[in-house]
Amino acid sequence: MANPILVLAEHLRGSLTEVTFEMLGAARALAQSTGAPVQALLVGSGVEPLAAQLGAADSVLLVDRPDLANPSSEQVSLAAEQAAGKTGAGLIFVAGTNVSTGIGTLLAARAKLPLVNFCREIKVADGRPTFVSQLFGGKVFAEVRMAGDRGVVSLYPGAFRAEAGRADKAAPVERCDLQAPPAKVRFRRFVEPETGDVDITRQDVLVAVGRGIQSQDNLALAEELAQVLKGAVCASRPVIDQGWLPLSRQVGKSGMSVKPRLYIALGISGAPEHWEGMQSSRLIIAFNTDPKAPIFDGSQYGVCGDLLDYVPALTEKLKARSS
Amino acid sequence: MDPVQISLLGVPGRAVLWALAIAAFGVFGWRIYQLVGLLRQGRFENRFDRLGWRVGHFLRNVLLQPRIFNERSIGLPHFLIFWGFVLYAGCFNWGLIRGLLPFVPIPYPDEVPVVRLFLELFAVLVLAGLGVALARRLFFPPKYLHLSFDANLILFLIAVLMLSNLFGSAFTQVAEGSPATGWAPFGSLLAAALSGVSKGAAHSLAIAMWWLHMIVVLGFLVYLPYSKHLHLLASPFNVFFNNPELPADLTLPGAPAEISAGASRWQELTWKQLFGGFSCAECGRCDRSCPAAAAGFPLQPQQIIQKVKQHLLATTIDQPRSAAGSPAPSLIGDVFTEGEIWACTTCMACMNCCAVWNEQVPLIVTLRRHLVSQGQVERTVQDMLANLTRYGNSFGKSDRMRAKWVQSGGLKIKDARKEPVEYLWFVGDYASFDPRLEEITRKTARVFQAASLDFGLLFEGERNAGNDVRRVGEEGLFELLRDRNLQTLAKARFQKIVTTDPHTYNTLKHEYRVDGRPLEVVHYTELLDQLIRDGRLPLKPRSNGPVTYHDPCYLGRYNRIYDPPRRVLAALGLELREMPRHRDTSYCCGAGGGRIWMEDTADVKERPAENRIREAAALEGVRTFVVACPKDIAMFRDAVKTTGQEGRIAVQDIAELVWDAVENAMTPAKGATA
Amino acid sequence: MNIVVLLKMVPDTVEELNVGADGRSLDAEFLRYKLGDPDEHAIEQALLLKEKHGGTVTLVALDAPEVDDVLFTALAKGADRAIKLTGAESPPGTPVLAQAVAACVRGVWNPLPADTLILCGSYAIDDLEGELAPWLATAFEIPLAMVVAGVQIEDGGRKAVVTREFFGGLRGEFELDLPAILGIQSAEKPPRYVPIAKVRAAMKSARIDSQAAELPEPPAGLELGRMAKPEAAGHAQMLEGDPDKVADQIIEVLAQQSLI
Repeated sequence: MANPILVLAEHLRGSLTEVTFEMLGAARALAQSTGAPVQALLVGSGVEPLAAQLGAADSVLLVDRPDLANPSSEQVSLAAEQAAGKTGAGLIFVAGTNVSTGIGTLLAARAKLPLVNFCREIKVADGRPTFVSQLFGGKVFAEVRMAGDRGVVSLYPGAFRAEAGRADKAAPVERCDLQAPPAKVRFRRFVEPETGDVDITRQDVLVAVGRGIQSQDNLALAEELAQVLKGAVCASRPVIDQGWLPLSRQVGKSGMSVKPRLYIALGISGAPEHWEGMQSSRLIIAFNTDPKAPIFDGSQYGVCGDLLDYVPALTEKLKARSS
Repeated sequence: MDPVQISLLGVPGRAVLWALAIAAFGVFGWRIYQLVGLLRQGRFENRFDRLGWRVGHFLRNVLLQPRIFNERSIGLPHFLIFWGFVLYAGCFNWGLIRGLLPFVPIPYPDEVPVVRLFLELFAVLVLAGLGVALARRLFFPPKYLHLSFDANLILFLIAVLMLSNLFGSAFTQVAEGSPATGWAPFGSLLAAALSGVSKGAAHSLAIAMWWLHMIVVLGFLVYLPYSKHLHLLASPFNVFFNNPELPADLTLPGAPAEISAGASRWQELTWKQLFGGFSCAECGRCDRSCPAAAAGFPLQPQQIIQKVKQHLLATTIDQPRSAAGSPAPSLIGDVFTEGEIWACTTCMACMNCCAVWNEQVPLIVTLRRHLVSQGQVERTVQDMLANLTRYGNSFGKSDRMRAKWVQSGGLKIKDARKEPVEYLWFVGDYASFDPRLEEITRKTARVFQAASLDFGLLFEGERNAGNDVRRVGEEGLFELLRDRNLQTLAKARFQKIVTTDPHTYNTLKHEYRVDGRPLEVVHYTELLDQLIRDGRLPLKPRSNGPVTYHDPCYLGRYNRIYDPPRRVLAALGLELREMPRHRDTSYCCGAGGGRIWMEDTADVKERPAENRIREAAALEGVRTFVVACPKDIAMFRDAVKTTGQEGRIAVQDIAELVWDAVENAMTPAKGATA
Repeated sequence: MNIVVLLKMVPDTVEELNVGADGRSLDAEFLRYKLGDPDEHAIEQALLLKEKHGGTVTLVALDAPEVDDVLFTALAKGADRAIKLTGAESPPGTPVLAQAVAACVRGVWNPLPADTLILCGSYAIDDLEGELAPWLATAFEIPLAMVVAGVQIEDGGRKAVVTREFFGGLRGEFELDLPAILGIQSAEKPPRYVPIAKVRAAMKSARIDSQAAELPEPPAGLELGRMAKPEAAGHAQMLEGDPDKVADQIIEVLAQQSLI
C-alpha cells in the first residue's frame, strides 16, 4: 500500500471551504489507482465539529488548540510537516487559494520536499501520478512527475469536482498535538467587505463586464441588459480596480464565486483568476472582440464582435419580447 | 486759435500740458517697463526669426483683421473703431507735439483740411461702431463674451473722444464765424445747430473740447495697461510674434529635460505664453468654438489664457498688500484644475478663430507635460502610455499582431523593409488593431491594389507615430516612438508616405525630420484624389447620395486639406450636402489630444461626437456621414448609437465608398444588372 | 526602513507563447519578459512605505532580457539601489532563485537590520515550484504574509500590520514583527506612472550593481515532462451574423432553457 495522501483541510470563519472537498475528491480519485489511504488534516481552534464533514477521508487528524484560531501559514505548515512525519504521508495536498497560498511552499521549503503548483489535473500511469500544472496564466500546461514518493501538490481551486470529496459518513478522528514556537504572525481581525447593494452570489442571471467594456459609460449597456434579464452586473478585477464598480461586484479569485443559471461575459478575456469565480455557472455566453480569447473555450455560446453593436440589439429584442 | 495759449488757474496751458503728458507717459512707461520685466522672467523662446513672414502676417491680420469679420455683427464696428483709433492716436501725438513744442513749424492736425475731414468721418463711423458694440453688449451678448465694467467704461471714453472732436470742430466754426465747409461736414452741421452760442462762449468751449480730448487720451494712456484694453497695445505684437508651425509642430526650443517637465510655475512658461494674456481681448470667440466647453467639460480656452495673466500679475506687480507673505497660489491646482487641463481635444478650433492669434493648445500641452512628469495622469491614460512604451501601440497588443489584418484578409502586401516601394503606407494604431476598423483598412488596401499602386507596409516595425502621446504631454515617450520609427524608416526604401490617420499624418509631416528635412507625406484622401484624376481607378458608383462630409481636425484645420476628399466624393457622383460647420469651422469628434483614452467627466452634457451627429442628422436627405479618419469611425459610430440615430444615418469611411464604386466597376456586367 | 524588493521577470503573455522543440521549455523566438503585475505592485508598495516612513528601497533581480529597463524604471520612480544577479542561463525554478536572492541579501546585510521589510510579488505566472516569498521566509527564518493588499508600519518600525485578501471581498488583518517578508498582491495605490524622460535620466545618473549570482544545483525532486498549449476541452458555439440575428439566436437559447 502506498504512502497516505494528506489533505490540508481549509476553513475560514468556522466553515470548510469548497476547495477542501475538491482536494478530497482529487485524493480519493488518486487513491483509487494507487491504493493509498486518504488522511485529512484539520488545524485550528474549535474546529472539531468540522471533522464530521471530512468523511471522504479515511481518517482525520485534528490539531485543535486555542492559539490556532485563524492560524498563520507557518503554523499550518508546521502542523502538516509534523503530521506527515507521524503518518508517513507521501503526497500532501494544499489549496492554491488566497487563504492557503504560501502554506505549501513553506512546507516544501522547510521539509525539502518537491512541490507542484497550479495543479489542475492528476493522471496516473504505472501507479505513478503525473501532475498537470497550468502555467503562464493558462497559456501553457506542463506535465510534472515527482522523483520520489513524497511531495507537496498545490491544487488549483475549481479544477477538481467537489462532489467526489463529500461523503455522508464520518471518518475516525485522531487528535494530534503541535510542537511549535509562538506564532510570528498574529491574526488581528477580519475586515468585512463593504456591503454591496446587490448580493451577486444570489442572482440567477449575471452580466459580467471586463476590460473590454473600455469605458465607464459603457457600463450602462450592461446594466440595461441585466435589468431586462432581471439579473445584476458584476465584473472582473480590472474593472473593479478602475473603481467603476464596487468591490462587492467582483467575481474571481479575490472576489466572489458565483453559480448563476446564466452568465453573460462582456469583454472578459477569461483569465484563470476569473474562471475560478464563475466556472460553475450553468450557461455561459461570452462576447469578445478577440476570437482567440480563452473565455470562448469554456463558454457554451460565443459572439465575436463589438459589444456596442451586439448588446444594445439584444437588450432591445428582449425588451420587445417582454412587452 | 492755439488751445495751449491759455492760462489755467494762473498756470500757462503749455506748462499744464507738459505736466500732464509727463505724468501720463511716466505712469504708462513704468507699467510697460514692469510688464516687459515680467515677460523677461519667462523662458526664452525664439520668435524673432522669419522677419519677412512676420511682417506679412502682421500686415494682413492686424491691419485687415480678417478674423474679426468671422463674427459679422462686430466685424465692421471693430474694424472702424480700430482704424479710428489708429487715426486718432496719430493725430493725438501730432497735436501733443505741436502743443508741447511751439517752435516746431507744424499746424495742429485739425488745421489741415483733409485731416479734419478724416477725423470727422471716423468720429461718426466710430460712434456708429460704438453704438453697435454697446447694443451687442447690452441686448444680444454672445455666450462667453466677458461683460465687464471695464469694457463699458472704455466704450464711453472712446465716445467722449469722438464727440469732443466733433464738438470742438463745431465750436471752432462758431467762434471763428467761418462758413460751413465740406472739409468738416459734421462739424458744420453741428455748428449750424449751435449757431445760437456766442462767439466768446464758443471759443472757450472749443478750447475746452481740445483739453477734454487731450486729457481723456492721456487718461486712457494711463488706464490702458491696467485694463483689458492692454490688448490694443499687445495684440499687434502678439500677431507679429505668432508661430505659424503651432500647434501642428509642438517642438519647442530649449533643453529637452526642461521641456518634458512642462510648467508648474509661471516662470516656466515662455515669454510668449505669458504675453498671450496681455493680448487677449476677452471676446470669447475661442470659448464659443470650443467643443469641450460646449460639452460641459471644465474648459474654456479663454480662461486658460486669462488665468495666466491674472496669476502672473496677482503674484507680482499687482499683488495685494494683504497677500504678501502668504504662499503664492500654485499654477496647477489653485489656478488651473487638472480637469481643465485634460479636457482639451487639441482640435485647434480656438486657435483658428482667435483674432489676436493666441496659442492656447501649446500652453495646455505645457501644463500637461508637468502633470505627466509628476505621474499625475488618469489610470486609463497611464495604461495607454505603458502599452505604447512596451508594445508601440495603445491597444496593448503584441507588435506582431499589427499587420494581422493583412493575413486574415488573404491580402498580399509588400514589406517596404525588404523591397522598394513608391508609397509606404503608415497605417496607424486604430486602423491596424481596432477590430471595428479592420475591414475598412482592407478595403483601403484593395483600392490601392485596384489602382496598381506600388505600396508597402512596415508590418510589425511600425510604431504609433506619437501625435497623441505628445499632446497628452508625454514628450519623452513621443521622442522614443519617433526615434524608433525613424530607425525603421531608415531601413525601408520608399518615395512617399501615405497615412490613413490624420493625427499620424500631422506628426509625420511636421514633427519628424530626416537629416533636418521633413518627410514627404500624403493623406489617403489626397492620394485617392490623385489616383482618380489620373484615371487609375475604375469607378462605377452605386448611389448618388446625398452625403455629408466631416473634416477631421488634424486634416482640415491643422493641414488645410479640404478639397481632395470633396473631389473624391464628387468623382464618386455623390451629392455633398455640407453641415453648417464645415471646413475650418468643422466640429471636433472629441477624440484628439489623447481624449479618446480618457474618461468623460460626470458633468458632460452632450459629447462632441453626439452634437456633430445631430447636426448631420438635421440635414435633409443625408443618410451617410463620410469621414476620413479611423478614430472618427470609432467615435461617430458610437455616437450614432448613443443618439439613437441608428438606421437614420450611417458613418462610412471615404475609402469604403471608393471601394464600393471600384468593386462595382470591376464586377462583370451581370453584377450591374442584378 | 530598510525595504528590499525582490523582482522576477516572467514571460509576457501578450506575446504568443509557444512550446520549444524540446517540448519542455518555451520557444525563445517570440518570448519577451516583463515584470509580473504583483511585482509592479510590490515596487509601488515599497515606494509608498518609503514616502511615509523614510528609508531606502533596494531592488534585487535576476538578470533576464529587458530587466535593465525594469530596474531603471523603478529607480526613476524613487528606488535607491538596484542589484542585478547575473549568470543564470535560463530562468531557474523558485528554489534556485530563492537561494541566489538569499545569498545576495546576506551579502549586503548580515544580519538583516531590525527594520527590514522584504517585499515581492505574491505569485508569478511561472511559479511551478512554489512562490518566492515562502522560500525566503524559510531561508531567513522570518515571518511571512501572502496575498497582501495593504501595509501599515507600527511601533516605530518594529511591526508591520498587513491586510490579506481572502475571497468575496473579505480581508484579514495580521501583524508581523520585523524583519519580515510580504508577498504583495496589490499596493494601496495603483502603480504610478513614470515619464520616459525620467527613466532616461535615471539611465544616465543611476547605476545597476551587477553581481554574479550564486546559483546552486536545482533540487532533483521534480521531473518536468511535456509542456503543451492547452487543448480546449470545449469551445463555444460561435453565433454569427449581424447584431439582430445574433440577438435572435441568443433569445432562442435563453427561451429553450426557460431563462426568459
